[in-house]
Amino acid sequence: MTATVFTQLEQSLLQSLQVPAPPDADEALPLSPERPVRSLGVQHGILVLELLPEALVRVARGLRDDFGFDLFLDVTAVDWPDRTPRFDVVYHFYSTTHHVRIRLKVRVHQAADATAPDVRPEVETLTGLYGSAGYMERECHDMYGIVFRGNADLRPILLYEGFVGHPLRKDYPKQQEQPLVPYRPPQSALVR
Amino acid sequence: MVVNIGPSHPATHGTVQIIAELDGEKVLRTDVHCGYLHRGFEKECEDHTWHNLIPYVDRLNYCSALINNFAYCDGVERLMGIEITPRTKYLRTLLAEYSRLADHLTCVAASLMELGAMTAFLYLVTVRDAMYEHLAALTGARVTYSYGRIGGLAADVPEGWFKRLEEILRDYELYLERVHGLVDRNRIFIDRMRNVGTLSTAEALHWGFTGPILRSTGVPRDLRKDTPYLAYAELDFDVPVGILGDNYDRYYVRMREMDESVYMIRQLMDMIPDGPINVDDRRCVFPEKQLVYGEIESLINHFKLVMEGPVVPAGDVYVGHEAANGELGFYIVSNGEGVPHKVHVRSPSFVHMGGAHRMLDGYQLADIVTTFGSINMIGGECDR
Repeated sequence: MTATVFTQLEQSLLQSLQVPAPPDADEALPLSPERPVRSLGVQHGILVLELLPEALVRVARGLRDDFGFDLFLDVTAVDWPDRTPRFDVVYHFYSTTHHVRIRLKVRVHQAADATAPDVRPEVETLTGLYGSAGYMERECHDMYGIVFRGNADLRPILLYEGFVGHPLRKDYPKQQEQPLVPYRPPQSALVR
Repeated sequence: MVVNIGPSHPATHGTVQIIAELDGEKVLRTDVHCGYLHRGFEKECEDHTWHNLIPYVDRLNYCSALINNFAYCDGVERLMGIEITPRTKYLRTLLAEYSRLADHLTCVAASLMELGAMTAFLYLVTVRDAMYEHLAALTGARVTYSYGRIGGLAADVPEGWFKRLEEILRDYELYLERVHGLVDRNRIFIDRMRNVGTLSTAEALHWGFTGPILRSTGVPRDLRKDTPYLAYAELDFDVPVGILGDNYDRYYVRMREMDESVYMIRQLMDMIPDGPINVDDRRCVFPEKQLVYGEIESLINHFKLVMEGPVVPAGDVYVGHEAANGELGFYIVSNGEGVPHKVHVRSPSFVHMGGAHRMLDGYQLADIVTTFGSINMIGGECDR
């Protein structure tokens, strides 16, 4: 994959998302509701976009419908405990026709506290666009406590019902012990 | 009626729970639940140096551990900006194909045995076992090899290894011919596999299927061709595809892929150049033992690499390799220390579990066994 292809992709992407160009090519400009998406350039062979949570579904739909990113590869989070907002939710998409990957990064805040009751680690779900998002969002919810708004099935997947905390957060000690869960008969949790 | 299958059941191909709503013997809805082998792989990774993770990544897909090794090392090498030596590049390609062969043999053998085909199972596992012994001669371990290294490999190929490889490939052809003869046009086999667990291409993509399952629906999507890595760009090979996307096609795609792997291995045996195995980079490659005992600089180098780990420049990288089951991705984040900030695995099995219900719903209860076998869910990488 040559760099020019990426530049073209980047330009037409930002154009189609109607992102105003930065005034004087100053890429360090922070994201704002007027400019909710910015490109972080090509990093190790992947085009990286950073966006505000509210732009996520629009961008993902554009990627799928207009740019042929038909495979939802992965969603996970990265915890930066000393930073606000604390979490990066990282999405990877792949286009099986153009053989290109793209990464979206969304910054979300830590759970609500008394000072900011509205702030929660929340993003919209992508299950409306990709079926495969369902399981991967469940895992991310398990591990980081990110809430995927609209995902009807956020039951634990790798963990179990009754697990306390989110183990991949940096403040979760590796040796943490969990309370004993009483025996439960198999649950017919056919929620779908 | 709702029945519970698993998590530990002789007919489930791994530790997984399937809760199925039935109408008579027909499956109406299923809820596939995994996670019974979760052991905190990603949490553990954040507590060990970049080198010390290599034995862990072996235990993801333990049927083809070398592919995991090489994908992980590739990710770290990209962050460090390391170009591996030509010999290592070809050797890794050869071993990745050899592992794919072993993985597909295991998968096909197990799913045939679940249908009662004991002879075919024994034929396939005979070949696989010869491979395991052969890989043990190279790596010192039978299943979890820990053979990849950041910037190279653990050791060079021993004397006579390629000669034995050629013998095993000939055995492979002998036994596979017998399996084809026993199974391909067998009435029982076709009745159980044809038109069962059917997927369309659009559906497969929607649910994130990759690898043999996606190819069985008729599209040649293969990362080895589409985004060539290692030495795949220089190799001649076909991407076998299916027609209907059913269990029979998945069986056949795997069988044909094995033939392609053998063809690639034969090409690679002629291509492997002489030369060093490890790059000459003191940031990640251990100095020779002789020097560690003989001079202080190498001793310090060794000590720093063991205690602090190799310093990987800050940044994040996603590498996707075509593993035996589909796209195996490593999303690696470094903050410039000897220990990763995060290692995330995009494992094909886990994603496939999310869409498995599409292949189970609407068929018979007994078809769960064959369909699940053809997905080839590997608990180690699914649950991490």
